[in-house]
Amino acid sequence: MPADSDTQPFASGWTIDRDFLRSTFRSMLSARILENKLSSLYKAGKIVGGVYLGKGQEAVSATLGTALKQGTDIFAPLIRDQAGRTAFGEPLIDCTRTYLGAVTGPMRGRDGNIHRGRPKDGMPAMISHLGAQLPLVAGMLFARRLKGQLPGVVGATCVGDGATSTGAFHEGLNFAAVEHLPLVVIVANNQFAYSTPNNRQFACSDLVDRARGYGITGYSVDGTDLLACANVIGEAVHRARLGAGPQLIVANLLRLSGHGEHDDGSYVPDSLRSGHHGRDCIEVAMRQLVENHIATIEEILTWQDETADAVQRAVAQAQQEPLPDPYRESWTALSTSFPTVPNTHPALA
Amino acid sequence: MSVTYIDAIREAQEKLLRDDPRVFLYGQDIATFGGAFKATKGLADAFPGRVFDAPISEDAMIGMAVGAAIEGLRPIVEMQFADFSSIAFNQIVNQAATHYYRTGVPIPLTVRLPSGGTPGSGPFHSPSMDGIYAQYPGLIVLTPATVSDAYHMLIDGVALDDPVIYCEHKFLYRWLKSKSINGDHLPIGQARITRPGKHATVVAYSAMVHEAVRAADRLASDGWEIEVVDLRSVKPLDIDTVLASVARTGRLLAVGEAFPWGGVTAEVISRVTEEGFHLLDAPPLRLNAHDTPVPYHPKLWAAHRPTPESICEALRKLLSF
Repeated sequence: MPADSDTQPFASGWTIDRDFLRSTFRSMLSARILENKLSSLYKAGKIVGGVYLGKGQEAVSATLGTALKQGTDIFAPLIRDQAGRTAFGEPLIDCTRTYLGAVTGPMRGRDGNIHRGRPKDGMPAMISHLGAQLPLVAGMLFARRLKGQLPGVVGATCVGDGATSTGAFHEGLNFAAVEHLPLVVIVANNQFAYSTPNNRQFACSDLVDRARGYGITGYSVDGTDLLACANVIGEAVHRARLGAGPQLIVANLLRLSGHGEHDDGSYVPDSLRSGHHGRDCIEVAMRQLVENHIATIEEILTWQDETADAVQRAVAQAQQEPLPDPYRESWTALSTSFPTVPNTHPALA
Repeated sequence: MSVTYIDAIREAQEKLLRDDPRVFLYGQDIATFGGAFKATKGLADAFPGRVFDAPISEDAMIGMAVGAAIEGLRPIVEMQFADFSSIAFNQIVNQAATHYYRTGVPIPLTVRLPSGGTPGSGPFHSPSMDGIYAQYPGLIVLTPATVSDAYHMLIDGVALDDPVIYCEHKFLYRWLKSKSINGDHLPIGQARITRPGKHATVVAYSAMVHEAVRAADRLASDGWEIEVVDLRSVKPLDIDTVLASVARTGRLLAVGEAFPWGGVTAEVISRVTEEGFHLLDAPPLRLNAHDTPVPYHPKLWAAHRPTPESICEALRKLLSF
């Protein structure tokens, strides 16, 4: 439930349905299977640079992606948003092409892994500097307003607990609040920013308290619980769409992997792994779907097989595609070309 | 009736707002107040919903503008002072500058930087950021020195699809006047031979063009004919015009107001040495500000940057080789 009651008139319009949950769960499953494959490829030396997994964050990310509308809304995913990307409509092949560096992919070998997007389709490509996508998404929404296209549109982005310490996070959220933009920001508090625990990151008792400081609505949600995510994140997106301004959601969970696949995450204490936040959101969601008669075990197993096939095809296709050729690369960072004729003075002509 | 450099910047923005519905202005105190230097005076009234005050959030201002540019608009962001853009450095060099190369989607964003020193402005309202931004791939860096260039280069810069860092010199704002806003309207990417000569070439940009012309006037009484080249834009850098000038004079002095380590003057000397070593009759020289923060007191400030005296001294050394 919203922590801020000032905007109650917008509340309670959101209801989750069976299809929403089924669709969200399929994106969660897809992300987990795809990322396990990416991890194998990395460990086999087939992917250079790094592989960054959203293990443990799938329920949060997929719920957001499902609640957003591709073609209308804006979604700026961050490092652990494979599930949200899939839910928002990013094809698997964009992911495998980018990780493998294929020129056919959206980044053409010029950028890799999670630094990918299709900005013209409402999915900006993240930069590594945390918090930087907040003002960017807010700026896209601001532009929609100037163009008279804002009603009914939502822009969303995810950050981790670490990004809440950046100036960009503060400036972006404050700007969005000042302009009353329909920006949804999810803070996936996975307890660690790389290896740094919460108690070295911030001193407030709960990050959701920050919402009040910005004059926006804040929510807390158990990020391991699909039904809770669907209720809370779905409602926040719904309220933003109705004009309630920026929405901040703090989702509490645990990263079930290292920062990247190069990192074993050995700094995470066993007590956290075996605690409530350490439970696997996919297992929790499976139980919830079956117990509530939203999906059967048989259906879930079929989805798993279908997804595994789709992942296999996306990897195989990207592996066959051409890699960038340094001899054919344009090596220009500008879209403009300039004249190269020397200028003279009339007196010299 | 004369037009000042700041008038030209205001006029250009008025024309852009009038002619291009994609243009909007964003910056601190620029709406009703008209900006710290009045570069947007009256524009918020004339163009309702197109000129916006920003919170003191330079990072968010540029991040916002990149987002708006992705959406097809052409934001012009005023940094209240050039050096405040250091807070927005990440959004400028990592978000805006890399975007076209990474995604294929260009970012038609213009950042106006009130640059360079004025007496009494001190360390945090005076630096020139041209060399820093020119070092990054994906940015265009404009440094107009004349009233006409201030006008045309802002209009032409906003028309470009790439991010433009428009360095406007604060010292020229009200001091520099012209009878007309028109001029030769050279394209962006072409340097100008401001003053023809045959004994030495001074390459300068922004306010230093005027100091170089003053120095050339002084040396003219001794019979020296000094050619002054105004780079106009430091990126792209019109090295062809510089080389052609050095081919005529055989001597090169590069003058800039920025700090001395690296930067535009070093780039000019390096390229001429590399591509036109055989054209040089004397070792090329460069003259910059001192390697200290820009000082507050007018006496220190005036001696921190190149002056007609220090330019004359460098030229005499160059000519006596």
